Amino acid sequence: MVIKEPDSVDVLSPEDPDALVHAEEELGESLWKVRLRLAWKAFKKNWALFMENKIGLLGLVIIVLFGLLALAYPVLRAVGPWQDDGIYDPVIGYDAPVQEFQIVATEAEVTDPTTQKDANTAQLWCFGAVPGDVCEIPLQPAPPSQGHILGTDPLGRDVATQLSFSTRSAFMLGLIAAVVTVGVATVVGSISAFYGGWVDNSLMRLADLVLLLPLIPILIVLSGLWAINLPLLGVLIGILSGFGGTAIVLKSQALSIKVKPFIDAARVSGGSNTHLILKHIIPNVLPLSFLFMMFTVTEAVSLEATLSFFGLLNVDMSWGIMLNTAQSQGYLRTGFEFWWLLIPAGLAVTLLAAGFFFVGRAMDEVINPRLRAR
Amino acid sequence: MLKFIGKRLIQMTFLFFLFLSLVFFLLQAQPGDITAQFLDPTIPAENRAIIAERLGLDGSVWTQWWNYVTNFITGNLGVSFQQYPRSVIDVIAERIPRTLFLFTFATLFAYVLGFSLGKRLAWRRGGFSEHSVTISGVLLYTVFYPWFAIIMILIFSSGLGWFPINGFLTPELWRNAPFTGNEVFNQLLLSLGIAAVIFSGTMWFARRQDERSTARLVRWVGYGSALGLFVLFWLTKAEMRPFALNIVHHAILPIVTLSLIAFAGTMLLTRGAMLETLKEDYILTAQAKGVPEKDIRDKHAARNALLPVVTSFVLGLAFIIGGGVVTETVFSWPGMGSLLLTATVAEDVPVATGALAFIGILALLAHLLVDILYAVLDPRIRIQDAS
Repeated sequence: MVIKEPDSVDVLSPEDPDALVHAEEELGESLWKVRLRLAWKAFKKNWALFMENKIGLLGLVIIVLFGLLALAYPVLRAVGPWQDDGIYDPVIGYDAPVQEFQIVATEAEVTDPTTQKDANTAQLWCFGAVPGDVCEIPLQPAPPSQGHILGTDPLGRDVATQLSFSTRSAFMLGLIAAVVTVGVATVVGSISAFYGGWVDNSLMRLADLVLLLPLIPILIVLSGLWAINLPLLGVLIGILSGFGGTAIVLKSQALSIKVKPFIDAARVSGGSNTHLILKHIIPNVLPLSFLFMMFTVTEAVSLEATLSFFGLLNVDMSWGIMLNTAQSQGYLRTGFEFWWLLIPAGLAVTLLAAGFFFVGRAMDEVINPRLRAR
Repeated sequence: MLKFIGKRLIQMTFLFFLFLSLVFFLLQAQPGDITAQFLDPTIPAENRAIIAERLGLDGSVWTQWWNYVTNFITGNLGVSFQQYPRSVIDVIAERIPRTLFLFTFATLFAYVLGFSLGKRLAWRRGGFSEHSVTISGVLLYTVFYPWFAIIMILIFSSGLGWFPINGFLTPELWRNAPFTGNEVFNQLLLSLGIAAVIFSGTMWFARRQDERSTARLVRWVGYGSALGLFVLFWLTKAEMRPFALNIVHHAILPIVTLSLIAFAGTMLLTRGAMLETLKEDYILTAQAKGVPEKDIRDKHAARNALLPVVTSFVLGLAFIIGGGVVTETVFSWPGMGSLLLTATVAEDVPVATGALAFIGILALLAHLLVDILYAVLDPRIRIQDAS
């Protein structure tokens, strides 16, 4: 993460590549070494500021923990205890641990529902069972046990594997959405600020419109009409959120860069518009973009979960699908009895989204000097 | 002021047409053919062409676009596939008041709660209470909405049994009711509207009073008369009262859930705005004068921090509408959001696009309202407008 202080523009700042060329001649050192050293210096300074913020640190810890969870899937499937494809595949695996039940005459006599069943209900599994018999019933969904640390879902699939598998796709989706957002917003913001006039006006009116649009209803209709998979959803979220608020903020940042003297210097020395935008404006807008990447990840993770909870997305397995399965099979309306179907998936969405949000907020306080405690 | 509103109105109309065109092209770009969706596939081609002509689908994209826009303005949004003979506008008209009810209350609660918590957070910066409230606020902000709504139902409806599990009313109670649900609901909205108008009218009048004691008196008269009229309204409608109470009972949990989801954004923003205001010189002056801490916080800092918070309403609005769609669906609250979702899932394209368009209109109107409110709140905008 390279974030520069807006008012500490010294000669060696990477804001001005021409100065660096001179520096290279003077110092007798190659360009990339100077750049790397400057970047490292800025990184160290900002890292110290970031570490002061306890909430940002908490967010980072959450993200790292989820990263480990995502890594656990390929590792445990390859060498760990999840090697059996028939049982531990997150989509097509199946396992129903068998539990023995004591048969009693009527429902009123059941004192312990985990080990006893009345004769009438038991007919479903053990036809002709009479009180006193022992009936073996396959549990589906099964509560947490040694083989399935978070139990199994209503279709007999391992919840822990699903959770771990979905973490990977959540990260992937977040990454795609964040990169697209920043790409779109940086280009739109820079072009709008640089050219001004009708280009600026029409782009900003479009941004106003996108900003006003409620994302969830639009994505509901879009995913209802088309078969949308995860990468496509990432691109869609990226475009919609990149064109709206992010573009407006990055445009104002680009405007403040456009009036800096080094832009005039570059123009006088014959730089074309494309050169100015690509080499001078965009690199200086990028640090702020990183901030918006974090917020986009938050948005993308919760949007994906919401849409797949409604069963609108074309994905095999995700946190939203896990809750959708439990909900559509009727296991969520009965209270917290089947907690392993309710808590892990919902908590994962909330925590991962919050983790990125915490980091984004902490970065905001680093970048925006007015919010600093000192 | 009028010029300002007029200018915004023109801009809004333009934005609305842009949005409507977007909805239309979304509809155009969908895979497959709308004529083929619910018709027998064995119909001969010439008959299909006749159907397409009757539905106005034979012209170029632009004539179709023009038809769509003109039809939309005259209120002709087509006929629902799912509830066949009913027109889309009829279905939407039934749903809109319920959504407005839910959104208005949730927005109000979210803003009041968010603003009062946010200003306290900024005032006591760095303490344990700040961290814990911020963390729980962000968790509520990023919470997986459907999951949160389900947990609220599990705790307060199936667990404690305080509220009904879902729905708009209790069917058993309404079986022999002399009214329809919408009649009672409209009366409820009417009474609330009257109270709100009286309340804001007296508040406006109180602001214009120079004398502090008269202003306070006017304000209390405002509270009293609004509440009194509301009570009087429902005293005269004794036979309707239990039914209205039934609807309100169903509405409480969705409103609370939506407010809890939405308040954190306002809270964090108020905190940020307050932190910037607290660095201003006039705060230091007030402290030097010996103004009580509470007065500095509420009258000097928070008053000025209110402006960016009101502007952010636009961002919060899209958020609350999104959260509202989810809340309505999970609570089976029959508003626009659940209409949008059920229509989309059932591929009832006219209703889905109509609902989307109306949600857009709702967002635009609220945006306009906020713009006007902003101009009223911030004297600087008025001065610029006059010059």
